[in-house]
Amino acid sequence: MSDAVLEAPVLEAPVLEAGELTRHYQVRGQGLFGKPATVHALDGASFTLTPGRTLAVVGESGCGKSTLARLLTMIEPPTSGRLVIDGLDLTKAGKAERAALRRTVQIVFQDPYGSLNPRQRVGDILAEPLKINTDLTADQRRQRVVEIMDQVGLRREFFDRYPHMFSGGQRQRIAIARALMLDPRILVLDEPVSALDVSIQAQVLNLLADLQERLQLAYLFISHDLSVVRHIADEVMVMYLGRPVEHAPRDALFGNPRHPYTRALLSATPSADPDQRRQRIRLSGELPSPLNPPPGCPFHPRCPLANERCHQEIPAALDVPGHGLAACHAVEEGRDG
Amino acid sequence: MALLEINNLSVEFKTAHGAFRAVDGIDLAVEAGQVMAVVGESGSGKSVAMLALMGLLPWTATVSADSLTFDGWDMLALSPRARRRIIGKDLAMIFQEPMTSLNPCFTVGFQITESLKTHLGGTASERRARAVELLGLVGIPAPEKRLSAFPHQLSGGMNQRVMIAMAIACNPRLLIADEPTTALDVTIQAQILDLLLDLQKKTGMALVLITHDMAVVAETADAVSVQYAGQVVERDRVDSLFAAPRHPYTHALLKALPERATERHLPTIPGVVPGQFDRPKGCLFHPRCAFAGDLCRAEPPRLLADAQGRAARCHGPLDAAGQPTASRDLAERAAS
Repeated sequence: MSDAVLEAPVLEAPVLEAGELTRHYQVRGQGLFGKPATVHALDGASFTLTPGRTLAVVGESGCGKSTLARLLTMIEPPTSGRLVIDGLDLTKAGKAERAALRRTVQIVFQDPYGSLNPRQRVGDILAEPLKINTDLTADQRRQRVVEIMDQVGLRREFFDRYPHMFSGGQRQRIAIARALMLDPRILVLDEPVSALDVSIQAQVLNLLADLQERLQLAYLFISHDLSVVRHIADEVMVMYLGRPVEHAPRDALFGNPRHPYTRALLSATPSADPDQRRQRIRLSGELPSPLNPPPGCPFHPRCPLANERCHQEIPAALDVPGHGLAACHAVEEGRDG
Repeated sequence: MALLEINNLSVEFKTAHGAFRAVDGIDLAVEAGQVMAVVGESGSGKSVAMLALMGLLPWTATVSADSLTFDGWDMLALSPRARRRIIGKDLAMIFQEPMTSLNPCFTVGFQITESLKTHLGGTASERRARAVELLGLVGIPAPEKRLSAFPHQLSGGMNQRVMIAMAIACNPRLLIADEPTTALDVTIQAQILDLLLDLQKKTGMALVLITHDMAVVAETADAVSVQYAGQVVERDRVDSLFAAPRHPYTHALLKALPERATERHLPTIPGVVPGQFDRPKGCLFHPRCAFAGDLCRAEPPRLLADAQGRAARCHGPLDAAGQPTASRDLAERAAS
């Protein structure tokens, strides 16, 4: 980890450490008899999560944020790399240990309309994790469910209602409550507010901030909305085509973005201030397909600073003193101005 | 006279549980060459109002209006045949999800030339040349090759460009863009918004931008109409609206943006948008309003403009400091 990140007050030991996490998928190539190909969905992501702090992962479609969420929640194993959760190395852990670890990491999905079973009552949705993972009696389960419902601001009479009776914001509260049922230490939040209206979004963001403070949860907050990230994150990791391109504390990243992609992303984000209609850094071109990434730096076809070296050599994530990490030849050579 | 004039437009849907009023007496005027944003949360009726103008609502909808004129045509009185001659030509629309709005069975070239054939005629090779020109205009690389591509072969951003190319094919005088960038990534959103504004400047067409994103409004529009639960609650120029909103709803909405937050806790609007069965009496916003008084609970306010033409549907619109300018107390009101 960089000096800049270490300067931040370290409150507690990290609850999760990821080192060079990588996930590749084998897919069939084009056509019926096409050659099999490898998709590099995630390539070399390293970070730590600390109790009470939020790491935001930012990027556009295909950048590997959802793959990262699947690895952390142990839905899929990494192809290579190290993942240490709660002091336990996942690559060496046995089956029983893994099962126990699953309770430590929970996830909240983007779409609260798709992630709740419409045929289950709220009480059953919330009690199901306890039923599967603990030996609590029905009464104890009910008591625990009511406790958590209080914590997330759901009224007790909702216990017997079905998800369709709730608005998007309330549903997202139910999804958050479900994630909290097993006392996790880490919450993976996969675009938790992007399906919600602005006035509801603020309520859910406040709830998340309260819960984090009260329960000392570590958040991995996945989002494409930079104004939300700027509000909630302590640290930000920007990803492009499966690779982290910049990783820095929030104020450093938003105040002085170093990687050309981060700069473009920031300038592309509209601002709710009509006086600030600024000249955008126009990124020409589309996101390349992860199936067929460009050689060298994956960002070079869209990068205004690209030179010969960028076409050939993949930049490593290097320390930028007083800032964080950036994976860019231009930053390394001081060409970024 | 404005290019588009909507007065007191209402749309009711027949549902199993009785009539539901999705649009409730909306007024909107768009001048030629103007960029007008219509902003609101889900359920505010912003899309339905524009679909009513286009005649794209299902049979369950009843549209009524004092007037609904485009370019002098009374859109309500037109025969379907005459309406089809205007729609797609002078009046065009772009929809939210490019992936589902394009027909997956036909090439993009066919879909673009189809509207050219219907409205402008000409020979097949002329239409083809125009389609290539259009694809080039919306920034699609190698347009000749793309004509034979199917929508599934293109990315979301490229499909949205195709939609735009189709919409501007016949040089419309008014383009309605319904959440054109909601399904797209941030850098692609920026490209598409730039493209729409460029085209708007070049061709001088008017643009109605329907969105839920206040930041998109601030970046693009000249004027803005804020809708809540089917009504227009505020209408203003963009700079003055963002500087000092007059309606408590707009005020609260802007304060709830993370971008404008000063503390970790965001100011929120309590409650939810009223639905079909819980529409309150009086002002529709009063159950969620921080300043509501007896008057607000009793009597629905009218949309009134001040001396500068800034309109708000409120019994006591807010001043520049965000405080109500008039008492909302029935007793005090009666006394004065």
